[in-house]
Amino acid sequence: MTDELDLKAHDPIGDPGLPEHQWRPQDVDPKQEKRTERHIAGMLGAAALLFVGFCVAYFAIPIDAVVFKTGATVGWSAQNFAFGMTLGGGLLLIGIAIIQWAKKLMGDHEIVELRHAAGSEKDDIDAVLDDINAGIEESGIARRPLIRNSLLGAMAALGLPAIVLLRDMGPLPHGHTNTVWKKGMRVVNDVSGKPIKPSDLEVGQLVNAQPAVFFETDEHGQHLYHGAELHAAKAKAAAIVVRMRPEDITPSAGRANWGVDGILCYSKICTHVGCPISLWEQQTHHLLCPCHQSTFDLADNGKVIFGPAGRALPQLPISVDSEGYLVAVSDFPEIVTPSYPELARDQKKLDKKFGGNN
Amino acid sequence: MATDTYTRIEDSAAGQKLAGPVGWLDDRLGLAAAGKKNLRKVFPEHWSFMLGEIALWSFVVLLLTGVFLTLWFVPSMAEVTYRGSYAPLYGIDMSEAYATTLNISFEVRGGLLIRQIHHWAAAMFIAAMFAHMLRVYFTGAYRKPREINWLIGVGLLGLGTIAGFSGYSLPDDLLSGTGLRFVNGLVRSIPLVGSYIEFFVFGGEFPGTMIIPRLYMAHILLIPAILLGLIGAHMLLLVYHKHTQWPGPGRTNDNVVGYPMLPVYMAKAGGFFFVVFGFLALMGALIQINPVWVYGPYNPAEVTAGSQPDWYMGWVEGAVRVMPALESTFFNRTWTWSVFMPGVLLMGVLFTALGLWPFIERWITGDDREHHLLERPRNAPVRTALGAAAISVYLVFLIGGGNDIIAIKFGMSLNAITWFVRIGIIVVPIIVFMVTKRICIALQRKDNADLTHGYETGVIDRSPSGGYAERHAPLPDGDQFALTSARERLPQLESEKPAATDEGGVRNPKFRKQSLRHKAREFYFDGSVDKPTSHEMDHAAEHLEGAGEHPVTQGEDFKGISHWGVPGDHEDH
Amino acid sequence: MRKLSTRRRHPIAGLLVIAFALVLAGALYSVVAPEPATAESASASEIEAGRELFLVGCASCHGLNAQGIETKAEHDGKPGNYGPSLIGVGAAAVGFQMETGRMPMAKTAPQVPVKSPNYSQEEIDQIAAYIASLAPGPSRPSDEYLDWESVDKEGVSAGGEFFRTNCTACHNSTGQGGALPDGRYAPSLVGVEPIHIYEAMLTGPQQMPVFSEEVLTPEEKLQVIAYIKQVQNQPTHGGVGGGGLGPVVDGMFVWIIGIGGLIGFAVWIGMHGTRVKKQ
Repeated sequence: MTDELDLKAHDPIGDPGLPEHQWRPQDVDPKQEKRTERHIAGMLGAAALLFVGFCVAYFAIPIDAVVFKTGATVGWSAQNFAFGMTLGGGLLLIGIAIIQWAKKLMGDHEIVELRHAAGSEKDDIDAVLDDINAGIEESGIARRPLIRNSLLGAMAALGLPAIVLLRDMGPLPHGHTNTVWKKGMRVVNDVSGKPIKPSDLEVGQLVNAQPAVFFETDEHGQHLYHGAELHAAKAKAAAIVVRMRPEDITPSAGRANWGVDGILCYSKICTHVGCPISLWEQQTHHLLCPCHQSTFDLADNGKVIFGPAGRALPQLPISVDSEGYLVAVSDFPEIVTPSYPELARDQKKLDKKFGGNN
Repeated sequence: MATDTYTRIEDSAAGQKLAGPVGWLDDRLGLAAAGKKNLRKVFPEHWSFMLGEIALWSFVVLLLTGVFLTLWFVPSMAEVTYRGSYAPLYGIDMSEAYATTLNISFEVRGGLLIRQIHHWAAAMFIAAMFAHMLRVYFTGAYRKPREINWLIGVGLLGLGTIAGFSGYSLPDDLLSGTGLRFVNGLVRSIPLVGSYIEFFVFGGEFPGTMIIPRLYMAHILLIPAILLGLIGAHMLLLVYHKHTQWPGPGRTNDNVVGYPMLPVYMAKAGGFFFVVFGFLALMGALIQINPVWVYGPYNPAEVTAGSQPDWYMGWVEGAVRVMPALESTFFNRTWTWSVFMPGVLLMGVLFTALGLWPFIERWITGDDREHHLLERPRNAPVRTALGAAAISVYLVFLIGGGNDIIAIKFGMSLNAITWFVRIGIIVVPIIVFMVTKRICIALQRKDNADLTHGYETGVIDRSPSGGYAERHAPLPDGDQFALTSARERLPQLESEKPAATDEGGVRNPKFRKQSLRHKAREFYFDGSVDKPTSHEMDHAAEHLEGAGEHPVTQGEDFKGISHWGVPGDHEDH
Repeated sequence: MRKLSTRRRHPIAGLLVIAFALVLAGALYSVVAPEPATAESASASEIEAGRELFLVGCASCHGLNAQGIETKAEHDGKPGNYGPSLIGVGAAAVGFQMETGRMPMAKTAPQVPVKSPNYSQEEIDQIAAYIASLAPGPSRPSDEYLDWESVDKEGVSAGGEFFRTNCTACHNSTGQGGALPDGRYAPSLVGVEPIHIYEAMLTGPQQMPVFSEEVLTPEEKLQVIAYIKQVQNQPTHGGVGGGGLGPVVDGMFVWIIGIGGLIGFAVWIGMHGTRVKKQ
């Protein structure tokens, strides 16, 4: 590389220096100066008035009042509008006034300040090195490896409690092999908890379903599941029931009797990252996830036909009980929930449990 | 102006009263020694130097409004039944976190406004950091001695994103719960240790009761504290290095020209705080953001069409959406590439690349000088083109992240947009890189032409033979200096080509490393046009003075026009 | 003219040119953009009886006896539909499809769009009666299940639960609509008549699934309608609503209005104001 001196010599244009200072109207015309002063004071005064207006609005406007409601529009919260306009308007005016003051009235001469290299001077470096050496020498850290090494050892050991203390942040991961579905548990309509008969469903029907246990109560009339516990269970057990024409369905080996007259039940939890999916197109039999657009074909065993999901949608085998309601034949034979590292291992366990034919 | 005489502050009535307390403080703090150097510190002036300030003031607004929100928000997953004034949710079971968010929005006067200002400020904070980062990148302001400040900036951007996401997740509405569900999926996709990280971060499975309280702690304590520390370090380094400046007459690599901190910059920056706060308050008054009440409480069996993260996570969302399905099994473990690669790895790669860039560029250029003058984007064509290509990648991913909204609003096919992104993510940045580099080089040529041939005056001469020619006039000295002083001379690449063996036939042990660097240098400097030499400039001056083919005497009254086309009836500097 | 040409390099000139070009492009687009076609007209204006109306207006696709027309194998070896069979779809389906203008279809598209109806109420009622006479099918809902204003507070929130569980995945939290694969979409529910929301749930038009009366009872359907209407009549408390499209629009606002506006202020702060010669 060419050295720096050489580069400088090649610089074609010398520095002409700062241009001559030019004056603002306010610097030369006292009238203009007074006018600008009044403008700035006016803005600050208006800001003060707006803040008083904020307080008036705070006590005068009822919380449910609505502004800008016309036939075509639904309107906005009057409070939010009034508070925001007065507060924001006032703040903006203060800001503009101060900046205007700086631009128009404050000193306007540019100042030149010289830079220094960011690195230290040689003398400073030498002085610091002397000090450091004195420190090393006086502490004797170089001469006493025993203390030095045992200190390092103690510090390293201090790291252990710091890590161990975090152990209880969570339980160790467990498998996700089962959900609350059981053999004979009724498939019920979400929200209302109504059990479903095959005759209730028409071709093209979609039911967002849950296991009946979520709607059961104990002897005190309390739900068996509620709050976070209910959410955790729902996040795996949520299902959708769809009815197609039986001739449209192409079940894979062993799944021929998993449905009832074209009624099939699938997990509602996307195998990608777990969004609940229920965008079912009744004519194409495709199910779309609204989060990342994985698309599953429910007529073809929940196979992935588009998007990032890696696994088919798990299917819940169903039949009807003695009263004619839809029930689960077993738990899901495939892992519900988005993929995790131990999924392959857990799926093998499941396969063993279900006789290895899935 | 200076008609009234000024009384020095220490002689004024107020000053004499304050002398006691101030002296007391100075005896203990040594205020004068600290203030001596910094009170009149010089800051150069340019609009683009205020982008970082927007981020800084947004952060202050976040702190102020955030404190207000904590007075009512309860980060608890305990189940409550809603009895508040928002009728469509009356009697619904929900978490306390969601119920108190509704309470802030509908029962606390001004609560909705502060919530909206807080959310706008968060979106603005990250957007402004982004804009600031782009400014620093495209002007080469990260070069020595500012690499560490660049790294701090990358840290701020990453932490700001996490802060934003943790805040987005707190209300426990359907949208934020869906976002958490997504992040849960990202975390557990990490090969081998995913489940462990998931169970430790979330305190078990999602949905659970621990994640909201933990995010709350991170959102209001841990992350803001680190942000505050990093912002402090960022500002201290700024003061120590002094701000960069644009080249111009009197503005060199050895000085900084501008207005003093006291009073001008204190007023301008302080005033800008009020402007930013006021602007955010007006946005809070006029534009609704994140109306949590319409989404309903989180329920793992419910989702809404158009579920989206906030804008700064949109590109990750897009990458995850367009990634083709890819999942494999080996060693009895599941490897979820289609989530891990776009969702986790990509972010890591991006932030690493951002952090490493100044060091990579220094390795290529071998430039060890301090740089305080900003470089125009055109004068580093490959850097500029790489930046533009990176922006295009970001935007294409962003299109992927909004593919459902784009599909419904513009009547397009979801699948077609996804395919556009899948292909575009490879093709678009290559095209953008090539086009941007060419534009930069063309602009360099144009600068050289202006320097050596002068600018077009707009005055047309007709020659005796009937031909027409436009008069050219030399650029003002100041402009010539601005165009050349910060422009780096190009290295002589041919002469530095490494040899595999020396003259004696001895193998060069560093050959491979040297030739790799040589290739990188060839790539980096390819096509760049050097600035004119002093010899060329002398020659050009002669030519423009009339020694050339056509005369350029302009007449007494002719002032010409400036090089950017403004009639020269007033002098521009 | 010289003035203009000498100012062409002013920094603002580029912006002006771009702004002008954008406005021009927008204007051109609005002129050139294809208007949704408004279909054949008056083909059946004088025919009284539903069957006769049907034969003229509907039979070309749905068959002379409403049995549907199947095309040759389209894909997957299954026959495609030219027009589906209408036997058993009931009066509710006819009411929904014709009163919202979806039928008769103007042109093939991934999805039949809403348009203004081509048939008068009387004609639609006649066709509905004809279709209903072919086979039993869902009839049009009675008024008591459409009077959404009669639903109490608890009913509305229960409707919200049903809505969020069954509907928002496609139609969005406030019924703004959403995208489906291959250019299909779940239409917006804004301004849709209660009777048509009801009939859509009941009959499952196009890709929409059916929600039969046994699974989602008429009372529950009414609650859903009440929730939709109420949530859409809520003020957008915080200001301009962004079309209920969520964070994508917020991100756009923050860059265009927020960063754009504040950069405007920054430019103003950094600008050198008017200068004069010192007298």
